[in-house]
Amino acid sequence: MSNLSVKLFGKTLDNPIIPASGTFGFGYEFNEYYDISILGSICLKGTTLEERYGNPLPRIAECPAGMLNAIGLQNPGVDKVISTELKKLKKVYPKKVIANVGGTLVEDYVETVKRFSTASSVLAIELNISCPNVKSGGMAFGTSAKSAEELTKAVVAVSTKPIIVKLSPNVTDISEIAKAVEGAGASAVSLINTLVGLRLDLKTGKPILSMNTGGYSGKGVFPVALRMVYQTYKAVKIPIIGMGGISTAEDILEMFYAGASAVMIGTENLINPYICKEIIESLPSVMEQHGISSLQSIKGKAHL
Amino acid sequence: MRLENLKIAKNECLNESVFEMEFFGVTEPLEAGQFVNVGLNGFSLRRPFGVADYSRAYKSLTIIYRVQGKGTEFMSTLKAGNYAEVLTGLGNGFNYSGVKKPLLIGGGMGTAPIYYLAKKINESGIKPTVLLGFRSLKEAFYLEQFKKISNLVIATDDGSAGFKGNVLECIQTKNLAYDKYFACGPEIMLKNLAKFDGNGEISLEARMGCGFGACMGCSIKTKGGFGRVCKEGPVFKAEEVIFNE
Ligand SMILES: Cc1cc2nc3c(=O)[nH]c(=O)nc-3n(C[C@H](O)[C@H](O)[C@H](O)COP(=O)(O)OP(=O)(O)OC[C@H]3O[C@@H](n4cnc5c(N)ncnc54)[C@H](O)[C@@H]3O)c2cc1C
Ligand SMILES: Cc1cc2nc3c(=O)[nH]c(=O)nc-3n(C[C@H](O)[C@H](O)[C@H](O)COP(=O)(O)O)c2cc1C
Ligand code: FES
Repeated sequence: MSNLSVKLFGKTLDNPIIPASGTFGFGYEFNEYYDISILGSICLKGTTLEERYGNPLPRIAECPAGMLNAIGLQNPGVDKVISTELKKLKKVYPKKVIANVGGTLVEDYVETVKRFSTASSVLAIELNISCPNVKSGGMAFGTSAKSAEELTKAVVAVSTKPIIVKLSPNVTDISEIAKAVEGAGASAVSLINTLVGLRLDLKTGKPILSMNTGGYSGKGVFPVALRMVYQTYKAVKIPIIGMGGISTAEDILEMFYAGASAVMIGTENLINPYICKEIIESLPSVMEQHGISSLQSIKGKAHL
Repeated sequence: MRLENLKIAKNECLNESVFEMEFFGVTEPLEAGQFVNVGLNGFSLRRPFGVADYSRAYKSLTIIYRVQGKGTEFMSTLKAGNYAEVLTGLGNGFNYSGVKKPLLIGGGMGTAPIYYLAKKINESGIKPTVLLGFRSLKEAFYLEQFKKISNLVIATDDGSAGFKGNVLECIQTKNLAYDKYFACGPEIMLKNLAKFDGNGEISLEARMGCGFGACMGCSIKTKGGFGRVCKEGPVFKAEEVIFNE
């Protein structure tokens, strides 16, 4: 029997498969499509202190092997997420979830994290310091080691939950930022968020997206994401949650070899709503094919 | 929503750039105003199309599409016998229960979902008035089919058939009577209709990531808050929608 379970923050997850923030809503709607209780955990849509509508349409542009998005953190605000969305999710998903927090100012992050700290169904809080689609804050925190460190410190100080810092690939050296947030008390890092990209309309010659640029994600980014997980594993001791373009069970093995302790699946949920279920079902036989009895045992194998 | 592997039964040209595609093997009933999201080999994202016809007896679904870009161009090359992975039963349909004198309005490709709506309303025992607007007669399609199930009025921008002018001018000039309207077409048409009369239902379009509510790629503003075109829509109450200026 293949063992899919992994350990994160002292807790055992049945499997390492977690839908990524922003590609799974607040989770419960997917329970109409399959029994979501099979998922290792669920990462919630990026949440801010106040409600946000996000950016004007169009927010989506197709790319070969992926897409650009410029959603701009549409969400109902942390209080409603806790009082309404988390309640609805709890009814169909008894396991713990990962909250994802965005913001403009350090104070916004701190306050939002404080409020999520009170929610019993939250396992950990992921700090999105890498969103390329908001005018201020967002990625600005994640592209400088100094501001990433300051924000992480401020948030760790008030959080009763483990803090995962979600890193931006739009930097020269991602391991520098990883080291900085590890030093500031982060319990884990997750990577990668989307890569800044652009598509132009052939008819008008102008950007398709209302914000001009957007975040590139999907199958096409997998090699870049994998390289960054590999590079970060060398630099930090805290666990790494790997993501970016994962679409098969084999991709997950590669992420573990590179050093991931768990994985998140994003864009592929939008293309095939059943992808997480399909991967959870196929992972044991793919592990068997490669003579792997437990995922924990192959973590970081690429570095040995 | 269901992910179905459907067999293409027919893919025929209706006029120079509009095609009718029929699929077999649909397992769940589809409502008028709902849409499907068609997976195409070699394209990352699915393509959304309104349900133009559905038959429970034949398990068949028809969409009518215009070749617009690379994806629809590829679709036009598909042959009967090919298969496509289609997400069916997406979004909420039109609510026509209790309506006595409906006016159905289709502009351009918005005509496609209006056909299935007209058919359903006609089957319920009310022959609806259908107003179709095209730039020119040569862009029109399905006119004979509409005549069988509705009182058909046509408006064209260039006057090549029916009333010369847009659908709103046609409603006002001809004083078309109705208790509630149902419309699908270009945003500017829907916006003007909503401004003219809030008591109607309009079917909107947006560029979509998923088509089933997961990505927030298609959210519009409504008086009641966010509305995802793919989930709360594509049909909205006209008075609820907040259009961009
Ligand atoms: C709910 C809904 C129902 C629709 N019903 C119909 C219909 O019945 N008949 C019909 O002809 N068309 C319909 N459309 C529009 C149709 O989806 C687009 O024409 C089609 O996606 C264009 O694909 P393409 O690859 O040829 O164009 P490209 O421009 O090459 O496509 C690139 C990307 O942009 C998206 N895109 C481009 N134009 C549109 C558009 N107008 N709306 C949404 N996405 C777009 C594509 O889906 C794709 O992701 C509908 C759209 C929506 C949202
Ligand atoms: C539509 C969409 C919305 C997203 N929203 C968020 C978000 O709110 N917060 C966040 O941290 N990341 C967000 N992301 C980034 C993803 O969580 C993920 O990091 C990225 O897409 C790479 O993984 P993938 O290639 O598997 O999609 C979003 C991505 C997409 C495609
Ligand atoms: S297209 Fe993804 S939410 Fe509507």
